[in-house]
Amino acid sequence: MPDHSQSKSSNRLARWTPQLVLIPTLAAAFMYVVVFSAWTLWISVSQSTLLPNMSYGGFGEYAALWKSKRWIVSYQNLFLFGALYVIGSLVVGTLLAILIDQRVRFESVWRTIFLYPLAISFIVTGTVWRWIFHPQTGVERALSDLGWLSANFDWITDRDMALYVVVFTGIWHASGFAMALILAGLRSVDGDLIKAAQIDGASMPRIYRRVVLPTIWPIFVAVTVVLLQFAIKTYDLVVALTQGGPGVATTVPAIVVYDLMFQRGQIAQGAAAAVMILVALAIVIVPYVIWTSWRARQEGPSHG
Amino acid sequence: MADTTHQAFDPLATGSRARQFRAKFTVYALLVFFALLYLSPLVIIFMNSFRPLEHIVREGFISSPRALSPQYWIEAWSTFCIGGNCEGVSRYFSNTLMMTVPATILSTAFGVVNGYALSKWRFKYDTWVFGLITLGVFLPAQMTLLPWAFVLGKIGLSNTIAGLVLVHTVQGISFTTLFCRNYFVAVPDDLIKAARIDGAGFWRIFRRIMLPLSPPILIVCVIWQFTGIWNEFLFGTVFTSGANQPITSAIVAFSGSGTGERHYNVEAASVIFAALPPLLVYVLGGKYFVRGLTSGAVK
Repeated sequence: MPDHSQSKSSNRLARWTPQLVLIPTLAAAFMYVVVFSAWTLWISVSQSTLLPNMSYGGFGEYAALWKSKRWIVSYQNLFLFGALYVIGSLVVGTLLAILIDQRVRFESVWRTIFLYPLAISFIVTGTVWRWIFHPQTGVERALSDLGWLSANFDWITDRDMALYVVVFTGIWHASGFAMALILAGLRSVDGDLIKAAQIDGASMPRIYRRVVLPTIWPIFVAVTVVLLQFAIKTYDLVVALTQGGPGVATTVPAIVVYDLMFQRGQIAQGAAAAVMILVALAIVIVPYVIWTSWRARQEGPSHG
Repeated sequence: MADTTHQAFDPLATGSRARQFRAKFTVYALLVFFALLYLSPLVIIFMNSFRPLEHIVREGFISSPRALSPQYWIEAWSTFCIGGNCEGVSRYFSNTLMMTVPATILSTAFGVVNGYALSKWRFKYDTWVFGLITLGVFLPAQMTLLPWAFVLGKIGLSNTIAGLVLVHTVQGISFTTLFCRNYFVAVPDDLIKAARIDGAGFWRIFRRIMLPLSPPILIVCVIWQFTGIWNEFLFGTVFTSGANQPITSAIVAFSGSGTGERHYNVEAASVIFAALPPLLVYVLGGKYFVRGLTSGAVK
């Protein structure tokens, strides 16, 4: 912090420029992060129904929320979807990254193909895959037109299977992201390590499993945290793909929030549901942040 | 963040000839399989945007294309009725454009200056300021819906594109500040110190030193913001309605309405209009897109 004023003419304004420049952003961030969160938190314990009523109403809406079947189903869906989506994206992403790591030709072409879904909105993704999954327009129709008349592929309209359609589509959208990060990790692994393992006669799959992948485990943690975040915030994809149905089979918390706030006029309960989403995110992110800063301290200031 | 060169050995060039061949074959077969799986939705939707409706209704989306015509694209763009508004998807496309471009420029501009101020001008509580701004990255949109609706109503921006620009700018600044701050941290402090000894002030250093170093991170920010805002759905749906909605909401409006005759070909063309700009940005700026992902995720 060199604080040498060249001359008296370097006025106070110039000294305060960095802070002044940040004021609009700081005000916006404060409003957005602190005020808005506190506001929603307060609404969740207020007496609001269709319209905001800011007098205190207690935690009844949280209790009501956790008694509603729809919310419990949505939370269960979130767990199942989140787990399968994260594991699936990691598995497919790792596989693709390893394949591309084999010094293949046209590497950038493969990468571009596997990553492009990420540039497309969940709305477009969901709309297109719904057409593909729908029995009337998609795969089942194509199979029966090919002559397999008893072909049956109606997961998207099946209460028990519809969630797996969401999982599949989510993996299609996100595995390229996992691939990109894992590939970057693979490229940073010390080549000598692999050579040594090869000289020892280990086969390629074994080298990856035992030597390469274990050294980049922090990347897997990072990707998992990001994907869990995506999963918890999932909204658009389900709206476009299944609209939460059939019935409530694919309803997720974010959909319940929207419905409570803007369709059913239960603002307080909607806010309570939003707070629960925040809690879920915090459960994922706070330990990660603590862990990364702890690791950074362990490794010393030389690291990023 | 430098690209580390890969180890100078070929994992597939081990073992016997036959084993090498088998390994190579497996790798390429798997790559082709996944490439087809990833590309199939794109191909299917593109194909069906040219097919006559009766063919799609009769044979479904996955079928050999015949009698192709570009007329459905024209229909989708200019006369397709979405929610009773028959101006085609062009209306919503321009809504999204009017929302995305200003919000991208504003949030990137703020982000660059913020990142510079936070990384190169240390002051009391600067890490707290940075922490507060980055919290905005993680805050779920659901926590802000009701307050935003109230604020937008109070300042007269309900159901306007300008309102969405404001929302996306405020939310986007968190991302751009995070990106730029992490990028500028790597710029040697000595450079700044030397300039300050020469009497250069905040803005002069920004213009003469930081800005010339910024193009890579500017591109990352612009790509990230553009694709993110273009593809956004929740804010658009909650804060606007009818003819003021962005294109994502328009797609849900027509594809979600179960009643009435479906115009699959025109709908397919409309969906392509919604997907094309971010796809174009991705293809043109692929390297920076990946870099944004990496720095956005790992940091």
